Formats: sequence, structure tokens, C-alpha cells
Amino acid sequence: MTANLNLWLIPVLPLAGAAINGFLGKKSSRTAVTTVGLVFSGAAFAWAFSVALRFSSADLPYQEFVAHWIRSGNFSADFALYLDQLSLVMLLVVTGVGFLIHIYSVGYMWDDPSYYRFFAYLNLFMFFMLTLILANNYLLMFIGWEGVGLASYLLIGFWFMKDSAASAGKKAFIVNRIGDFGFLIGLFLIIQHFGSLNFTQVFAQVQPIAPETGGAGLLTAIGILLMVGACGKSAQIPLYVWLPDAMEGPTPVSALIHAATMVTAGVYMVSRSHVIFERAPMALMVVAVIGTLTALFAATIGIAQTDIKKILAYSTISQLGYMFMACGVGAFSAGIFHLMTHAFFKGLLFLAAGSVIHAVGGEQDMRKMGGLRSYIPWTFLTMGIATLAIAGIPPFAGFWSKDEILWQAYQTSWVYWLIGVITAFITSFYMFRLLFMTFFGDYHGAQVDEHGRGSHGHDGHGHGEPHESPMVMLVPLMILAVLSLVGGLVGWHNHFEHFLDPVFSSGAASETAGVISSRLMEYVLMGISVAVAFLGLLLAYVLYVSKPYLPQRIADLLNGFYTAVLNKYYVDEFYAKLFVKPLIQGSTNILWQGVDRKTIDDTVNNAADGARHVSDEVRHMQSGNLRSYAGWIAAGSAAVIAYMIWMGVR
Amino acid sequence: MVPLSYYLVLSGFLFACGVAGFLIKRNIITIFMSIELMLNGVNLSFVAFAAHWHAAGGETHGIVPLSGQVFVFFVMVVAAAEAAVGLAIIIAVYRTRETLNVDQVNLLKL
Repeated sequence: MTANLNLWLIPVLPLAGAAINGFLGKKSSRTAVTTVGLVFSGAAFAWAFSVALRFSSADLPYQEFVAHWIRSGNFSADFALYLDQLSLVMLLVVTGVGFLIHIYSVGYMWDDPSYYRFFAYLNLFMFFMLTLILANNYLLMFIGWEGVGLASYLLIGFWFMKDSAASAGKKAFIVNRIGDFGFLIGLFLIIQHFGSLNFTQVFAQVQPIAPETGGAGLLTAIGILLMVGACGKSAQIPLYVWLPDAMEGPTPVSALIHAATMVTAGVYMVSRSHVIFERAPMALMVVAVIGTLTALFAATIGIAQTDIKKILAYSTISQLGYMFMACGVGAFSAGIFHLMTHAFFKGLLFLAAGSVIHAVGGEQDMRKMGGLRSYIPWTFLTMGIATLAIAGIPPFAGFWSKDEILWQAYQTSWVYWLIGVITAFITSFYMFRLLFMTFFGDYHGAQVDEHGRGSHGHDGHGHGEPHESPMVMLVPLMILAVLSLVGGLVGWHNHFEHFLDPVFSSGAASETAGVISSRLMEYVLMGISVAVAFLGLLLAYVLYVSKPYLPQRIADLLNGFYTAVLNKYYVDEFYAKLFVKPLIQGSTNILWQGVDRKTIDDTVNNAADGARHVSDEVRHMQSGNLRSYAGWIAAGSAAVIAYMIWMGVR
Repeated sequence: MVPLSYYLVLSGFLFACGVAGFLIKRNIITIFMSIELMLNGVNLSFVAFAAHWHAAGGETHGIVPLSGQVFVFFVMVVAAAEAAVGLAIIIAVYRTRETLNVDQVNLLKL
């Protein structure tokens, strides 16, 4: 160990911020809350940055022991941290984007009565997310994993007075439990067979195992179970349903937790466990298939949505699908690369969407927007950059990472590639649709005033015409826009992959990703993906700018399909029928009425009633008459004596 | 020598008289006397057993000599003390309720 990096500071700083704001924030001024919230998250970022600067001097992977936690026989799990190239990337993304979103929240949440609570939760989230990233064993990672789930629940239901927000929080929590169940079983299997949850120890034991090419074995089981966990956290089929509903939370939360960081935890976890997955081809295939299907499925739902945040939510699910596709074809570094660029441009998209919503006074329906370009030029500019980035148009960040994934996917199977390209086309289409519907055409808002145009009224929400957000919100947008613009360049000549190589090549089962195809092939594929991105742009332009009457006609033409897409393929309804309703019915009829009321309650009540009835009768014995008492005593003695004689007791 | 069973039958008869008196009589003083009768029935059996075991050479088998007689003295002392307290209670009852009929002294109930 060359240098002591004091990694523990990184998660603990936001925790301190959360504690201070949580306990003292109610009585403090907004300025004080802001200071605490920003200073502690900013300090975490600064420390992470300084760690990054000293990174080259440290022995990797760097491990830091903080405290004993569980010691039981041969098993131990400690509060210990682990830093390598992978966790460093995550660290910088989470603290960096997290800090920017903290700044943005100051502007966005300023008028909220529970301002302090918001920052306490946000800092709490940072703490758990950083714990998740820095953990050196699965158990501590699981603590972080559950902790971010908790923070997510608290923040989705931040406006808990709203019924929909409260139930969306519950939905997210419950769906995540299903995934966590799989994750836990996976961890149990690891403990059972490897006797440890420590990354280094487990992977050292997994390393010599030959890949399970013949059929499913232990590692396949572990891999698939871990993937179940990842499906819950990272909103993949079949557990993605919570993420669109999670948009009930404040927009900065959607940006931070449900786009940039928390939902990528599954990708991180799968990448961290790459040693296991590389030896379980079937588990890898499951990951790839789930990722690919989710990417396409969520993208198609995105086409017909009209709520600006819902589109972004489905887009997030779809992009997470890309990341899993990358992991599934063994290109973990491409997945992490996309994770990073996605954090930039999707965080930006959400923040910009928040700025739009802020501008039009809380409206989220795009049909009531339009023409906002001239009202909120900065938001338009930054959101435009993010849209170009997600659509995969060079040289924006999304192009590099998405292209890398598609190229790696192609090397495994052209099917993945084809679906990936189709998804890229759809992505480009619905993102530009969002951009055009929001910023082009005429403003359809209710409060528009033809005469008041041009005057810039900052008179709060819901009044006057759309207004640009304050600088405190715009600056994070601009920084993220710059990152979305140039963030992809770290992938130039595969620099990013080479940076991560020490993580992913150590213990790689076999070098399958060798140079199979020619350089030319790569450029052809690149050309195709750029072409479909522009095609999507063009189609969106034709449909939503030059011929805005067309979408309705197409929708009429494809009536059945359109309705299905509009209703998200009725997946929620299907789940409600298949799982939720039987569960509620069963709980009501069997567990509540049957077990609780009829069995438990009735047993207790009957026992009490019985005792009362018997006592009612026996009470008459206690007449108060001395002679009757004496009689009872005599009768009792006689009975005892008779019994003793009868039984022959000596 | 009178056999042990004679004493025991007499003792049982005395005790049964006491029980019967206790159950049947309404006057507290009579009831009180019935209690004394029961106690003395038991006392009789004590001394009868003590004499019997002494005659049978029970000392060699670990029976403490005269223990029955000593117990009788204890019972008498306790009975005397009880009589003092009991009579005091009876007087108190008579002063407050102006009756010694136990059927009319029935506040001892729920």
C-alpha cells in the first residue's frame, strides 16, 4: 500500500451532510441548508477528484480497511473499501454529476416547503451510492444497494401528500424487493460455495474454474441470480415497471437517481462480477438477451408517450438495456463507457426537462408546450446537445459509447447488433420528437399571452409566459452539456477501454474479443449507426415540424398497435391482473379474513369469551356465605380423600 | 392395652362432629366451638400415634420420642391464641351487626 487515500471520507462526507440537514435543517434557514448540502457533496467530489489525481501512485486494486463488522467463524465481512479503475470511474461520475445536480436542486427546489428534507435525502443517497461503489465485499455493497433503494423510495415519494407519488414510491420499493431477493439468493450461494463475500477472495476462487460451456452450473446460477437483482435496480425486463412511475419524484431526483447513478448500479454490479459472468456463458447470454430486449421494448414505448419525463424514463430503461447488452457480450468496459456518457447526457436531459417544466409552470405534457426555443434559449441549447448525444450523432458523447457497444455486439452476434441499430433509430426518433414537440412550432400552453411576449416575468410558477431558469440551474446544464459534447472523446482510440483493462482483463476467461473483423467493417457499422441516427432525426422533423398533421394519421392507420404502445403494451395492467390482484385477493381472503381474523383473532377471542363464560358460572360459588365456603372446603377435602383412597395412595 | 384403631375412630368421630357442627350451625360461637372440636380430634390422633410408635419401639427407627405430644402442645397454644383473636372478632362483629348469625354476615363476596 503506497499511499493512504482516506477513501472513507468520500461516503462519510455526504452522510454528515445528511445528518446535519436531517436533524437540524428544519429550524435552519434555506441558505444554511444549501451551504451544508452543497459543501458536503462538493467536498466528496473534491476528495474523489484528489484521489483520482493520486490514483497512479497507488497500488491497484487499493484496499482500505475501515472497521470490523461481521466476524463469524471463517466468514467475515468488514467495512472495507476497494478502489480500482472501475470504481474510480463510478466514483467520479457519481460525485461529479451528483454535485452538479445538488447545485441545480438549489434553484429547482427553492420554493419547496420541505427544502431541507430534500437535501438531507439527496446527501443520504450519495452516501449509500458511494458505499455501494467503494465496497470491497458483496455484503457492504448490498447495504449500499438497499440504501439507495431507500433513498430512492424517500425521494420518489418526496411529495407524499400526492397519492400517486406515495404509491409510485411503494411500487419502486416493492419491485426492487423482488430483484433483491434474487441478489440475496445469489449471495447465499456465493457464501455457501466460496465461504466469503470479499471480492478479492471470491474472484480468486472463481478464477481457476473453467467456463461452464457445457451447461448450467453453479456460476450460471449465481450469475443469473445476480442479474435478477440487477434487473430490479436497473429497471430491466421484467422488473422495469417501477422506473416510469418513479418520475413522480422531483426532477433532480429523476436526473440523479433514476437516470445517472442509481439505476446504473446493476450494470456496475454485473461488471464488478465479471469474473463470475465470464465463466458462465449462459448467464451472459441471459444478460445480453434481457438487455437487448429491454432496449428495444422500452424504446418503442417511448415513441407514443406525451409526458416529457416519461419519455426520458423509457429512454433511460432503453439505454440501460444497451449497457446490459454490452455486459452480456462480454464488453464490460463498453458498458461502463456508456454508463458514463449516459450519466452525462441523460442527467442533462432530465435537468433540462426540469428546466422546461419549471419554465411552463409545472406542466409535463408536451402537447401543451411547443415553441419554447425563443423563451428558454439556454435550456434549448443544452437539451439539444443532450439529444444529439443520446441519438448517437458524432462527435457527441453518446455516439462513441453506443457505437462501441454496437461494434462489440456485432462481434458476438449480428442479431444483437441489428436490434441495437433499430433501437438506435427509434431512440433518435423519439428524442428528436421530444425536442421538436417541446421547442419548435407554436406554444400551446394555456397561460400564453400574445401581447405579453418578450417581457420576461419571473413571477413564480404557473403564471405568465415561459421564463428561463435562474443561473443556479443553468450552470449545471452547461457543464453537463460540455461533458456530453466532449465526454465521448475519452473513448478515442479505445483509451477508456485500455484504462479499464486491468479490471476486466484480469481473470478474463478467454480472449474472445480479439480482432475478428477488419477495421473497414467497424467503419461501415459506424456509418450505419450514424445514418440511422440522422434518419431518426429526419423522420421526427418531417412528422413533427414540417408536416405536423401526419402523426395523427399514422396513429389512426396503426390504430391497434398505437393504442398498445400508448398504453405501454398493457404491461402494468398485465402485472396487475397476474400478480397484484391475486396477491391482494389472497391477502384479503386468506391471510386477512382466513388466517388473521378467523384463526388468530378468533382463537384469542374465543379463549377470552370461554374464560368469561366459565367465570360467570363459577362466580356463584363465591356467595359471601361463610357456611357455603366451609361446605366447599369440606367437599374438596372429601374429594381429595376419596381420590387418595380410590387410587390407593399411601 | 387399647388398640390404636380405637383412638383413631374416636378421633375421626370428634373431627367429623366438628365438621358437621361447622357446616350446620349458624351461630358463630357454636361454629367456633366446632373448630376447637376438630382441633382436639386431631390432637387425640397425635398422642395416640405417639404412644403407639413408642410402644412399638419406633425410637430405634428414627422416630423422635414425644414429638406427638409436643405437637399437641403447639396446637393447644395456637388454639388458645386463635380463641383470643376469634372471640375478639366475634365481639366486634356483634357490636357492628348486632347478630351472630353467619348467614346475615355475608359481605365476603364480589
